[in-house]
Amino acid sequence: MSTPYPFSAIVGQQEMKQAILIAAIDPGIGGVLVMGDRGTGKSTAVRGLAALLPPMDVVAGCRYGCDPAGDHSRCRDCGAQGSLRSARKLRAPVPVVDLPLGASEDRVVGALDIERALTQGVKAFEPGLLARAHRGFLYIDEVNLLEDHLVDLLIDVAASGENIVEREGLSVRHPARFVLVGSGNPEEGDLRPQLLDRFGLSVEVKTPTDLGERIEVVKRRDAFERDAQAFVARWRKEDQRIRRRIVQARAALHDVSADDRALDRCARLCIAVGTDGLRGELTLLRAARALAAWDGAASVGDAQLRSVATSALRHRLRRNPLDDAGSTVRVERAVAEVFDA
Amino acid sequence: MNQPPFAAREAAWHDALHAAQVLAIDPAALGGARLRARPGPARDAWLAALRTALAPARPWMRLPAHIDDDSLLGGLDLSATLQTARSVSCRGLLARCDEGVLVVPMAERLDAPLGARLCAALDRQWIDGRCGRDGDHARFGVVALDESIPGGDGDDVAPAGLCERLALHIDLDDGVAPGESAVAADAVVAARARWRQLPCSDEALRALGQAADHLGIASVRAVLHALRVARAVAALAGHDRVAHDDLATAGRWVLAARATRLPPSAAQPERQPDARPNASPPSDRDLRDDDPPTDDAGPGDPTTLAEHIVQASCTALSAGLLSRLQGSAGTGHAKREGRHGASRAGTLRGRPVGSRRGDPRGGARLHLIDTLRAAAPWQTVRARERPEAPLRVQLRREDFRVHKRRQRRETTTLFVVDASGSSALHRLSEAKAAVELLLADCYVRRDRVALLAFRGTEAELLLPPTRSLARARRSLAALPGGGGTPLAAAFDAARRVVDDVLRRGGTPLSVWLSDGRANIARDGTPGRTQAHTDALRHARAWRDNDVAALWIDTSPKPQADAQAIATAMGARYLPLPLADGARMLRAVRACAPAR
Repeated sequence: MSTPYPFSAIVGQQEMKQAILIAAIDPGIGGVLVMGDRGTGKSTAVRGLAALLPPMDVVAGCRYGCDPAGDHSRCRDCGAQGSLRSARKLRAPVPVVDLPLGASEDRVVGALDIERALTQGVKAFEPGLLARAHRGFLYIDEVNLLEDHLVDLLIDVAASGENIVEREGLSVRHPARFVLVGSGNPEEGDLRPQLLDRFGLSVEVKTPTDLGERIEVVKRRDAFERDAQAFVARWRKEDQRIRRRIVQARAALHDVSADDRALDRCARLCIAVGTDGLRGELTLLRAARALAAWDGAASVGDAQLRSVATSALRHRLRRNPLDDAGSTVRVERAVAEVFDA
Repeated sequence: MNQPPFAAREAAWHDALHAAQVLAIDPAALGGARLRARPGPARDAWLAALRTALAPARPWMRLPAHIDDDSLLGGLDLSATLQTARSVSCRGLLARCDEGVLVVPMAERLDAPLGARLCAALDRQWIDGRCGRDGDHARFGVVALDESIPGGDGDDVAPAGLCERLALHIDLDDGVAPGESAVAADAVVAARARWRQLPCSDEALRALGQAADHLGIASVRAVLHALRVARAVAALAGHDRVAHDDLATAGRWVLAARATRLPPSAAQPERQPDARPNASPPSDRDLRDDDPPTDDAGPGDPTTLAEHIVQASCTALSAGLLSRLQGSAGTGHAKREGRHGASRAGTLRGRPVGSRRGDPRGGARLHLIDTLRAAAPWQTVRARERPEAPLRVQLRREDFRVHKRRQRRETTTLFVVDASGSSALHRLSEAKAAVELLLADCYVRRDRVALLAFRGTEAELLLPPTRSLARARRSLAALPGGGGTPLAAAFDAARRVVDDVLRRGGTPLSVWLSDGRANIARDGTPGRTQAHTDALRHARAWRDNDVAALWIDTSPKPQADAQAIATAMGARYLPLPLADGARMLRAVRACAPAR
């Protein structure tokens, strides 16, 4: 299959790259929503990042890609085997699964394996896209055009890390931890506010307006198309640096502390912009912690909070349709008030 | 319609033919072409030329409109599986199209999910394995045959995401006379081997970027496409690097149709809208003569080169596009973007949502997969019961599943706003506020809003039925006021919108904001008496179409005219001399049909 474009060679789009990195460091963040123009490298970024992540250990023969080292969240087969540390392992690349528009619920959650049912008369479960995306990325283009009940279901699974299937006499539960990345064009309709709020981070992407930057995008892409191998080789070092940092950040994540001052800042910020519920604070803190781990900091500081505030909060504001100032501006204003006071 | 002279039409054909040969060099790398053409000899000749240039041995497929995922992407071959009692999988259409061309007929009717699958395949050039199959290469180009009427107000537009991925946008309408269609197949093969490695200078690249900028093209993908096309054009012409004329050709084919505004220099009125390709394209003359690259267009200055490209692009702008762009010069976004959400809603009509147990006779459609699924677990038991049964799969009546469809009636609220001089301008801002409030309400409920304004001599659909807050806000901000009150014309235009909504299975609701003082008759002549008679006549006709209507009289004092029209059309009449957006919203909600 075709070589993915190197993540480190993506020009600009800092906020999007940061959001996806944070989600890769802490998948529990709850998905990233990327709304914006076409041709801004949304899917390129996701594929590029997945390709640079270290390949994962997978229990050989497991249909759900269970982690031999993880004692929790295993599928039923692997769970029955006790410790898997001695089990046969395979190395597999981090999966990126595309969820196509109009996919049926069967395809997404899995369904009765009709092939085995027909040929062997066995009632077996055929895993769906959620199982394939386990421990990787699930990418949904045009998430705003997706059926609401599917989006609900996806966000539910992404948050709980487990897919529960109860249908056609099947009763299956299997782990499905993935980073949900949804993208779309706001010109084609908005996402319901109820759904918006459930995404962890939200990013607005725009095509670069600076001519030099646009030319650079085209130049690199062109070089990649003409000789993919050479281009990838040129960026390999940079990609590997990012990979090391992600691995380190993942390991350090649980040791990053957040003092009362940081919590206070989070709460103030959320009160200032008027978010509903506590999800805003929790995500803000979680994202800042992941970013601190990425930065190699021991605790969550103002720099991290400032840096992730817009992504973590912009989609949680009550929308006033007559207010033309976008949510981004409102969050930025609040950030300035809270931090510069 | 006055046709361009024959010479120009012939030149346009040669231009299109040239594009076909360029596309044949590497359809997958260029994504393909969007061919705006009605069925006819020109289109057939163009497709035949492309096929010849491509090499006849390469796959050439047509996409059936209602193809399912298993046939498109590959999957279980159900009939073969049933026959052999072994799992038989088949390659999908896209995988079989590898290294070839996929023709998409009636691209404007293509539904969003199918379009999204094509986009994904174009991006990745790879189809993931399904049902135990390995993945397949799928390097193909798409020729999207777009038969929509340019400037028509129908909702049928080819999926924007797909069009964006197709490099070439070729127009083969009335202005094209198919002539001689010999293709230089050898030149195509030669170009295929070397086009990717042709050098392209930095200032050429810069010029392409600037040209895209001048034309208001936001997507970086367009510039990338233009660069690829310029390389391919140069390779086909036998140049050893990308020359200025190659860039101009690429601009004409790639950038022109994507333009959202006119460049500052070309926005002057002296540019005639009928300036279709009269600047004779380099066409196949370049292919035969081994012209050296013409580099005399200036001393390599990217600014002048960019203007050169922009100029070439402008010659390719069709009359309709040009006039539309002149109307909206500088807004940065053309109206056509994002119609997609609207057309998608059309598929809600009777959309299948799963299956239920039932009898397939009497109109319901058999859901084959679910039927088999229901029968499958019992096969061993049934086979034991009736070993003599001739069929391998024993189906019983209780296994039958039929498609369950959900017909969601979605409400589309059409605002018909009087933007004439007699309706004070501040009314307009109230109407805008109400539309925005209602829209904010609608997007929670997934309903839609449309906006029609009438002023001067005609009515204009400013906002086709939509849910997009972003679009609504933009088109509202641009709503001008002043001029006569062509009420009868407004009725006609509203009727079209309402009919469209009904056809798609929605429930329309119309809200009229006007003082009812019509002064422009249906034929466009001024005169209060005739205008009022016409308006009344149209209003009575409106009553017959049984669409709920609310008439909000916007004049400071309630008007007898408005009341008469509202009564004639069977509308609820509501004088609101001091209406604010919120009150209007409440009135509209009260009027909305119960769901």
